[in-house]
Amino acid sequence: MHVPDGYLSPATCAALYAGAAPFWFVALRRLERTLHTRLVPRVSLFAAFSFVVMMFNIPLPGGTTGHAVGMALAAIVLGPAGAILAISTALIIQAFFFGDGGITAIGANCFNMAIVGSLVAFVVYRVLAGRAPLDSPRRVVAAGLAGYVAINAAALVTAIEFGLQPLLFLDASGAPLYCPYPLSVAVPAMMIGHLTIAGIAELVLTGGVVAFLQRTDPALLAATAGRGVMAIAGNSAAASGGLRPLWITLGVLLVLTPLGLLAGGAAWGEWQASDFSDAASRQAIAAASLGQPPPATPPRGLERFSSTWTAPLPDYAPPFLRSAPVGYALSAMFGAGLVILAITGIAALLRVRQRAGTADDTVSL
Amino acid sequence: MSGNVRPRGGFAERTVNGLLEAMERAMLAETNAAGTGWLQRLDPRVKLAGLLSLVTAVAMSHRAEVIAALFGVGIAIAIASRLPLSTLLSGVSLATVAFSSALALPAIFLTPGRTVGTVPVVGWTITAQGLTTAGYLVLRVAATTTLGFLLVFSTRWAHVLKALRAFRVPVVFVVILGMTYRYILLLLEAARDMFDARRSRTVGPLAGRERRRLVTQGAGVLLAKSLHLSGEVFLAMQARGFRGEVYLLDDFVMARTDWIALASCAGVALAAVWAGR
Repeated sequence: MHVPDGYLSPATCAALYAGAAPFWFVALRRLERTLHTRLVPRVSLFAAFSFVVMMFNIPLPGGTTGHAVGMALAAIVLGPAGAILAISTALIIQAFFFGDGGITAIGANCFNMAIVGSLVAFVVYRVLAGRAPLDSPRRVVAAGLAGYVAINAAALVTAIEFGLQPLLFLDASGAPLYCPYPLSVAVPAMMIGHLTIAGIAELVLTGGVVAFLQRTDPALLAATAGRGVMAIAGNSAAASGGLRPLWITLGVLLVLTPLGLLAGGAAWGEWQASDFSDAASRQAIAAASLGQPPPATPPRGLERFSSTWTAPLPDYAPPFLRSAPVGYALSAMFGAGLVILAITGIAALLRVRQRAGTADDTVSL
Repeated sequence: MSGNVRPRGGFAERTVNGLLEAMERAMLAETNAAGTGWLQRLDPRVKLAGLLSLVTAVAMSHRAEVIAALFGVGIAIAIASRLPLSTLLSGVSLATVAFSSALALPAIFLTPGRTVGTVPVVGWTITAQGLTTAGYLVLRVAATTTLGFLLVFSTRWAHVLKALRAFRVPVVFVVILGMTYRYILLLLEAARDMFDARRSRTVGPLAGRERRRLVTQGAGVLLAKSLHLSGEVFLAMQARGFRGEVYLLDDFVMARTDWIALASCAGVALAAVWAGR
């Protein structure tokens, strides 16, 4: 995602320097107020850390590896102002010293990764983590997703900058002077790589490091956790208060499930083999398929497999209940209960494996 | 050296090799900056201003031949400064240019314009505008990368930072950049040692989940080390009287050759912008 020299016009580079400058100024002022004399060593060391961590090859599912930027990690540990300065510093040194990113494009790279990336990461993390305790698994998920969304947001902004070049800067013959690809090519080309490899690398790094810090040094996560967050989960008011709205919402949804009965007909594509021989059902299928009549006989595969499994509660209506709304609500409760049971079981299994993993570490060290 | 060939092993080997290359690159730059070539003798402020003006001229030029001429100027300066041209071209510029060429290739077929040929078998049409835009991209990347590395390979990092003050970069930012660079080298070494130590205790291939855990734990340890170190550095700075204000020794003096070099770079850059408009 590091934009080299030559891909963006001087006007775009200047605009992005101008766009980044107020963020640098505000971040510097804010950090001077909060860190005072600690500003220089804290930001410098974190920038050095960001530089080094960008070089880590992160193994990804599927056997490939990817590099992360670490913008979400910086935003979670230092806050957005610290992250903006630390990532910008690392990017400037990368551009000057290692040619990773152009010198004229420093403003663009800092704007995309250090500013957009850090701010998006911070907002996503705070929204998803809520008031969960510092050692809550929810924070690990929030951190991973913050990393994933942040790097994709940064990639999208970069792609838009690329895509605007051929619209705005052409030579006398009509040839694009800088990045030649329009938005229709630049956006998918950038996003495919970031939605898959780079996004997952950022997710793995951010989530993994936050999980590690929860076990070893949770205080490092406290600065951006928000006010009133309990350090340790358990019977804390914050923990139960955080989940209560979710339970209330789930209860309301369960009570409202009979509303589904108001919707007539079947969902498109969820037909039964018998519907193909019923005249009324055939009309309904044709009406739902833009007038396309269904085949005269049911598809052979559908006919063959439709009797393989019979659901215990067919059509959300238990056979022993005469009232359709009660049966519908009962089916919803039964389904939700099964999902909660399965997730609780998986979570318990993961906790056991995590404890075993921690024991392995102790042995290997 | 970046030119050395190391076996491409697993992710840990690749990470260690990447870290080693970064350290060696930094040391190579410092060694070359201590040389006695034409560029090394110039005032760092002149080099910074002069080379940045040439980079800007490359970015502003609308003609491929002008960009190619500026690339030639960069090569000529590298030769005059006895910089390792082979390292510059093979290890640095070539990799960047190869990457940009791969990116520019589809533009030859995708850019609408006057058809100048067709690729046999697949039937893709090549347009004049496509060839021109691909040429712009590759030439610009080659020229700017070479000019950028002329600065780094001929100037100590501490001097580059001090020269930034001439451009009104806030002093606190200059100090952060300087301290970051210093601790990058330390953390690169710490990360390399960490991966080496773990590698030496690992027998057989690790499962994907274990490999991810190894990397994230490594990053976590490095993060904790960095923040711990920042506390220690802060205490050391306080012990030496640091109270939040930063002063730099500004002892650069412009000689006649510096003024001539500055005027030459500015003249070439202005001529290139005029010719390439």
